[in-house]
Amino acid sequence: MMDALDRAIINALQNGFPICAQPYEAVAQQLGTTEQELLVRLGKLLEAGTLSRFGPMYHAERLGGALSLAALKVPPQDYERVAEQVNALPEVAHNYERNHALNMWFVLATETATAQADAVDKIERETGCTVYNMPKLAEYFVELKLRV
Amino acid sequence: MNTVAEPTVIDAVDRAIIVATQKGLPLVARPYHAVAEQVGIAAEDVMSRMQRMLDHGIIRRIAAVPNHYALGYKANGMTVWDVADARIDELGRRVGELECVSHCYHRPRHLPDWSYNLFAMVHGHDRTEVEAQAQQIAELLGDACRGHEILYSTRILKKTGLRLGG
Repeated sequence: MMDALDRAIINALQNGFPICAQPYEAVAQQLGTTEQELLVRLGKLLEAGTLSRFGPMYHAERLGGALSLAALKVPPQDYERVAEQVNALPEVAHNYERNHALNMWFVLATETATAQADAVDKIERETGCTVYNMPKLAEYFVELKLRV
Repeated sequence: MNTVAEPTVIDAVDRAIIVATQKGLPLVARPYHAVAEQVGIAAEDVMSRMQRMLDHGIIRRIAAVPNHYALGYKANGMTVWDVADARIDELGRRVGELECVSHCYHRPRHLPDWSYNLFAMVHGHDRTEVEAQAQQIAELLGDACRGHEILYSTRILKKTGLRLGG
């Protein structure tokens, strides 16, 4: 079970982390704990899966990569086959079943825009489903901010 | 607002730092020194390069990412909205500022099948909480919104991190 210090660590580290020689020491001081305790707690929170990751979040598009959200309207009888075909592509990062006529939603992550178009073509050819490709036109906010 | 940006130039050393840190920052007292050792440059260079990438938005932030499910946020709704094009930037920004919204994007419609152009991810302990959050967004959008839906994920089919090849 999480205690007050675990919660304080999760809340504090969602907001950012310093770049300096001993950053854990700096954060530990703010939280009223020790560097060693913070490192142990953080390791346990990651190991338990309470935190899914800790570190720099890179911005794919600014690295020249392309990200898109795409959806398919898959006939129920074909769903497992299509899921297998879509998941097999390394360009597909996440894939979710959702409760809608557009019932399969996935993120395409490629190093270039051309590779994204190729992936869309390949999925249409292999699955026989139309890809509703929805690359973002503008981003208004991206940040997790869950209070615990 | 953050429009889709032009790629910023990174060099081979930046790329090596990215590859060394994209799975996470080392859990040791001097993590940037550990990265420096791995990349084969001075710790000061790792820190100044990471600061530069942070300043340029190549690194969005250095932070912990909580697992929704593990923290009790079991209802994760993708709320989608049909918003008047003329007002989408102004309203998208305001929706993105709401405490319950973690991601907010303007995306293209695919008429006639898909009329929604604003996507906002919200997270609640149950669907009732998600519906209340959607209601909050609906009130903010007012008559600029012609319709909305909440899509829930019913199954994770695949989940891998975004990775840059080494």
